[in-house]
Amino acid sequence: MTAAIQARGLVKTFGTVRALDGLELTVEAGQVHGFLGPNGAGKTTTIRVLLGLLRADGGRVELLGGDPWRDAADLHRRLAYVPGDVHLWPNLTGGEVIDLLGRLRGGLDPRRRAELLERFQLDPTKKCRTYSKGNRQKVALVAALASDVDLYLLDEPTSGLDPLMEQVFQDVVAERLDAGRTVLLSSHILAEVEALCDRVTIVRSGRVVESGTLDQLRHLTRTDVVVRTGRPLPGLELVGVHDVRLSGTRAEFAVDPGRLTDVLAHLLPYDVLDLVCSPPTLEELFRRHYDNGAHPASGPADAGPAQVLVTAGAR
Amino acid sequence: MTALAAALRSGDPGRTAPRHGVGGLAGTGALVRLALRRDRVVLPVWLLGVAGLAASFAAMTSTGFDTPEELATEAALMASTPAVRMTGLMSGGTLGGYAMARGYVTLAVLAGLMSVFAVVRHTRQNEELGRAELVGAAVVGRYAGLAAAVLVTIAANVLLIPLVAAADVVGGLPGDGAWTAGAAVAVVGLSFAGVAAVTAQLSPSTRAASGLAGATLGVAFVLSGVGNMLGSTDASGDVRSAWPAWLSPIGWGQQMRAYDTDLWWPALLGLALLAALLGVAAVLIRRRDVGRGLLAERRGRAGAGRSLASPLALTFRLQRPVLVGWCVAMVAFGALFGALGDQVVRGDETTTAWYEQMGGTEQVAAAFRTSMLLMVGMAVAAYTIQVLLRMRGEEAEGRLEAVLAAGVTRVRWALGNGAVAVGGTALLMVVFAVAMGATAGDAVGDVVALCGAGLVHAAAPVVLGAVVVAVVGLVPRLATTAGWGTLLAAVLLGPLFGPDLGAPGWLQRFSPFTSVPKVPAVDVAAGPLLALAAVAVGLGVVGVVALRRRDLRLPS
Repeated sequence: MTAAIQARGLVKTFGTVRALDGLELTVEAGQVHGFLGPNGAGKTTTIRVLLGLLRADGGRVELLGGDPWRDAADLHRRLAYVPGDVHLWPNLTGGEVIDLLGRLRGGLDPRRRAELLERFQLDPTKKCRTYSKGNRQKVALVAALASDVDLYLLDEPTSGLDPLMEQVFQDVVAERLDAGRTVLLSSHILAEVEALCDRVTIVRSGRVVESGTLDQLRHLTRTDVVVRTGRPLPGLELVGVHDVRLSGTRAEFAVDPGRLTDVLAHLLPYDVLDLVCSPPTLEELFRRHYDNGAHPASGPADAGPAQVLVTAGAR
Repeated sequence: MTALAAALRSGDPGRTAPRHGVGGLAGTGALVRLALRRDRVVLPVWLLGVAGLAASFAAMTSTGFDTPEELATEAALMASTPAVRMTGLMSGGTLGGYAMARGYVTLAVLAGLMSVFAVVRHTRQNEELGRAELVGAAVVGRYAGLAAAVLVTIAANVLLIPLVAAADVVGGLPGDGAWTAGAAVAVVGLSFAGVAAVTAQLSPSTRAASGLAGATLGVAFVLSGVGNMLGSTDASGDVRSAWPAWLSPIGWGQQMRAYDTDLWWPALLGLALLAALLGVAAVLIRRRDVGRGLLAERRGRAGAGRSLASPLALTFRLQRPVLVGWCVAMVAFGALFGALGDQVVRGDETTTAWYEQMGGTEQVAAAFRTSMLLMVGMAVAAYTIQVLLRMRGEEAEGRLEAVLAAGVTRVRWALGNGAVAVGGTALLMVVFAVAMGATAGDAVGDVVALCGAGLVHAAAPVVLGAVVVAVVGLVPRLATTAGWGTLLAAVLLGPLFGPDLGAPGWLQRFSPFTSVPKVPAVDVAAGPLLALAAVAVGLGVVGVVALRRRDLRLPS
């Protein structure tokens, strides 16, 4: 598979702030790639570099086979963008904005435009200044999704949408995926990411902390274990066991990926009465990386960029 | 203020008022402090700028005459020339009176603009950007936002009285009358605080609120000018203004006749207007929703018209209302000056001297037209700059992002803006020329020639527009300040003020208004025109290249 987006070692500084600090991102063509991270992690900056609106201070970027800074306008005819914070011309109507942006890009499909207006229940005759946040978002979504382009860059596209519209959005993106298009989706909504994304990249402070398929990432997170034994446990000082809370015959702890077998072997002599293993949820995965400093990123994540992670954990 | 308080208190007692504070005014104190905090740089710059300018006008007068006879001759000329009376009213043959006649209208217009921007900044802009919603949800009365904006603006104008008075004295004018001069400037500022309080209620956009108040300021200028032009000169050489001057706050300030009879009562007209307009604004506030204007939003087209398909078309569409408003003003100005032309040609000996100086020829009719085209060029430059500053607005307010992400290059976008600015500037000059020529009863061929002259004079605003493009490219943060600052500098260094302010010749030539060929009074000289074109193109290229190379300054 070819990569629609390939960024290597991206650096972008604003004054003394290092917004991107060696960021790596690869988005394969024909996939939906989730782009996650806490506020201020550098997601929007990355997307603006990909659009050629900002110029990277270091690193290399390739987008649809071109240089986003040099070939910006040509590449833009092959992509559509939904900004995180949609700013529209207050005295133009939603319909006018949709047509304008579509035509600037080289035309949009009137049938798709009508269909999307219907599905998103957007009234195109209202002036943009009268739209609510959610409706402004819909204008940008219809303008982008009504164009038949190779790549969609969506920066938190569903912020402000109600749950019904969120579902419509997911359906439309799934259809684009079926049509062989590529999507980079920055989002905070985990259900959306789980439903749509093939691969996920998590960034923090301008660096990638995790990248891989969702299944691969799940294996990176510790499994929570609660165990009750017949005989009191003397202690659990084992490699890969963390946050131990021990009271006589009952213990709670977290186990690093791949260490569960060792732990079970250690427990067996103490006569296991019952054992609950909670598999890692996506939410925990995020919490671990979003929650700055609470859980210093453990082994694999520290070891460096994305590719390392794939080696962790067996299925 | 009492009128405001009364208007506010009388207003709907049925509404629930917060438990503390004065009902609809609760929270005003905190909002005043907020406004002062936000304006801690802007307002002092305005105040010191106006005072500095007043000092320059005073100094220019007090050092400009060697003998009392010289002053008397010049004063008589000012009083007897209708076109000069458009921009200043001569009262008493004193130094102070002369300084007021030369400088007052500029100071008054600046005071008016200061008030308009201050009031709109703390009312409608807060609403448009959603800040008012955040503040309004706290214990803040319905009228507190407006009251705070108006209080701060009134305070600024009151400060203007001693500042301008002191500036006059520093500039070498006598102390008697300096207070009246300061008050005459403040009257206009206070009146337009009231005007802006009302326009901020009418339209949901900041731009329209400022624009409407600015247009009212333009009308006030024309009314005072026309009133003075149509007035008569009495035995002592003073101008007795016709009635239109009494309809304008600028006229009221002039009728205070500082350094002459020092009347204070015309100032009461300004205070009464402020009180009445604040009452109107309070009533309007009660009748509308936060964030909305008074006029209901109409629905629009469900899709874009066929032509809205390029950055040029988008820019034109966004700027169309502005251009239409300016066209109307140009027709009115052109018709007015065309009708006056006759009177000028038949004017007495002394008036011709002024036109000769301005127009650079002894053909009075041609000189008159040249001086009018020159002055209209200065006004139209405000349009050119306004249009191009929108580039900065589109970028900083995030709307440019969507356009540039849709396959438009930065160069194409900048050229679209430039084309609308240059085309609009040329159109306005031609509209003015046609209106002036037609009203003066010119033959068709002469009107066409006058249009050509108007296009030559368009070169100066275009150069100033190119300065804006360069600044938007190089230091976008300073675009607004640099744009308007350059216009003010170009006007002050230009033929209207430059020679009298004692600016050295090389400095005066920095103003494109100095360099622009004085057509139709003299033949078109290709050299200066080509030089202006080269400067404009050069600055434009610098701006566009810088824009291509830099990061966009988008909202985060």
